[in-house]
Amino acid sequence: MVIMIKNLIIALKLIAKGSRGYYIWLAVLGVFIFIGATSYIQQLRTGLIETAMRDQVSWGFYIANFTFLVGVAAAAVLLVIPAYLYHFKPIKEIVLFGELIAVTAVSMCLMFIIADMGRPERAWHIFPPPFGKMHFPASLLAWDFIVLNGYLGINLFIAFYAMYKVSHGKEYNMKLLLPMILLSIPWAVSIHTVTAFLYNGLSARPFWNASILAPRFLASAFVSGPALMLILFQIIRKISKLEIEDRAVFKIAELMAFAMAINLFLLLAEVFKEFYSGSVHMAPMKYLYFGLHGHTGLVAFMWIALLFNITAFIVLLVPKTRENYFTLNLACVFLIIGVYIEKGAGLVFPGFIPGTLGEIYEYIPTALEMNVTLGIWATGALIYTVLAKIAIPIDTGELRFVSKEMPKPVHPVR
Amino acid sequence: MNRKGIDKEERSKLLSRRNVLKGTAFGLASLAIPFGTADASVWEAFFQKHFQEMNEDEKKRVVQRLEDEYAKKFGAKFNIKTTKAEPGVLFGYGLDLSRCIGCRRCVYACVRENNQSRDPQIHWITVLRFKKGEKWVNDLEEAEKYYNPDKVPEEGYFYMPVQCQQCGSPPCVKVCPTQATWKEPDGIVVVDYNWCIGCRYCMAACPYGARRFNWGRPNIQKKEINQETHYLGNRPRYTGVVEKCTFCIQRVRENPGKYPACVEICPVGARKFGNLLDPNSEIRYIIKHKRVFRLKEDLNTKPQFYYFFGS
Ligand code: SF4
Ligand code: SF4
Repeated sequence: MVIMIKNLIIALKLIAKGSRGYYIWLAVLGVFIFIGATSYIQQLRTGLIETAMRDQVSWGFYIANFTFLVGVAAAAVLLVIPAYLYHFKPIKEIVLFGELIAVTAVSMCLMFIIADMGRPERAWHIFPPPFGKMHFPASLLAWDFIVLNGYLGINLFIAFYAMYKVSHGKEYNMKLLLPMILLSIPWAVSIHTVTAFLYNGLSARPFWNASILAPRFLASAFVSGPALMLILFQIIRKISKLEIEDRAVFKIAELMAFAMAINLFLLLAEVFKEFYSGSVHMAPMKYLYFGLHGHTGLVAFMWIALLFNITAFIVLLVPKTRENYFTLNLACVFLIIGVYIEKGAGLVFPGFIPGTLGEIYEYIPTALEMNVTLGIWATGALIYTVLAKIAIPIDTGELRFVSKEMPKPVHPVR
Repeated sequence: MNRKGIDKEERSKLLSRRNVLKGTAFGLASLAIPFGTADASVWEAFFQKHFQEMNEDEKKRVVQRLEDEYAKKFGAKFNIKTTKAEPGVLFGYGLDLSRCIGCRRCVYACVRENNQSRDPQIHWITVLRFKKGEKWVNDLEEAEKYYNPDKVPEEGYFYMPVQCQQCGSPPCVKVCPTQATWKEPDGIVVVDYNWCIGCRYCMAACPYGARRFNWGRPNIQKKEINQETHYLGNRPRYTGVVEKCTFCIQRVRENPGKYPACVEICPVGARKFGNLLDPNSEIRYIIKHKRVFRLKEDLNTKPQFYYFFGS
């Protein structure tokens, strides 16, 4: 017990210490988190009427962000597969940081769901009996609840077990870790599939009710997640002693190009089917790219997304631009924005536009919704910062915790 | 301060008068879990079971608590029934499109009968207007919901009211993660307003735009309250939960049964209602003798709501 507290203090000290830039960063996040929290409390008081959502468009910006982040959460897998199955060494060293992205992204997903709920204090009703009355297996939301929390659990376990062992100067037990890592691969696919099916299964919404939804969802997730990861890795590499090999970065970029190719192909298939056959189910698609009855809220965004995605795809495809950090980073930023639009707003809103009774309600999130959203993103950034702050020195060997076998620890924390 | 019976919303209104920071701390505590209150009823409300899991005694207690709560809030004596479905009854609805004149009397009769919020406004019935000769049944994109003429019916138009179709295989029920909404044996799809978590998945799933969400705090003037209610029907609702048409469960489950308010008010008799299992009912007669159709039949939701052309 004493040892645990001691170690906790070591960790807390570590988090509290940092450069000036680090403190500024924390302060900025703190401000956003404060704004987000006060906005959320305002929403709790007056209800979701504070948002721009209404009966016609009953899910909005929160769910859009949730959807995008489910995609990001699986990014870790893209690292795990080559690292452990093909023993691609350079990637293996950074898997931990991918896992931490997964942990962060899933936590953010859960926060967005809570923010979207009308009665968050009743969340326990979704637990299986005897607590709640989970509608399993009929409701895909019940499935999503299970797979998301499961994914969070698996990644927390892997990341913390590995960190714990390494930080205590012990070898980790691969017999325990490997099955978990292997399990995390199909599990990552499952969080996507289930989330896609959540929309996909609704015959009331023709835009979602197309079998292409789930595969497209997966393909774009394998783009946006890694893009975010590559940028984070470069930042980590810059501000810490941690070494991340170029080879690992370029390999991931290459895999992203493949995923983007599939994503663009599936988009083409979707666009062709809707516009060539020209049935009434074309309306949401038309709304997205050309506007419907004079409502053009998303048109500019969708074309920007498309432009960004195609540009980034070409950049990643050509080895020369892929292995140039300037163009590579540009492509990553493009992809994050592109997929954020496409898999967020571009996926969720048109499910409701036009509505089931033909009404067009153009949804534009309110300032409060934006504030809450920013607050959750800032919270996510804070979570990742803290996790990385501990994980980096463990990985580089700078941090070693006290354990019973090592009564006199050496922890050369500055 | 005695907090007994003051519901969440009222408490938060009190809070908004205090300064922000103090209110913030209080707001968190009182909105999430009612910490710091010695009043047992708040905790009872928080831990209230799902309606279908309650035994008769528990139902009685809950009804008592709710009646007290409403009495405080509205200053009126409520009667909350929990009448069960009668065996051998499956409710069905008929709507004569050739008669409907689009007057929206049904809409407002429903609002009154079922204690819908007046501000923000909630309507369970939507009347759609179509131009004659334009495409309509399958492509509701041409529907006009906000028509507002001086006089109805208008030349060159016809009307189609839409409300919950009490689907035979309701997608809204299928998707609800907490089973807060379900189909009763007499065919009425109901919501337990004390169990709904407000995720709105059911709204995304309903093909008929029939579900309404309490985006803000529901408001009804005291003198306009209908005190005769059913637990699963027209009792006052809360912020953040879903509601919808229940075929006036508080009326049709009476013995002898009453017609739904919309059926009773319709000035042209376009609305018909009855027991689908009774071969001599009016609704069965209509299905047998008129040209009936159901909305969005291709989705296989099997509505218990039949549109027909009487003439
Ligand atoms: S009309 Fe909508 S709300 Fe009513 S039962 Fe069917 S799906 Fe459910
Ligand atoms: S909003 Fe309520 S009734 Fe609708 S799916 Fe969610 S919990 Fe169920």
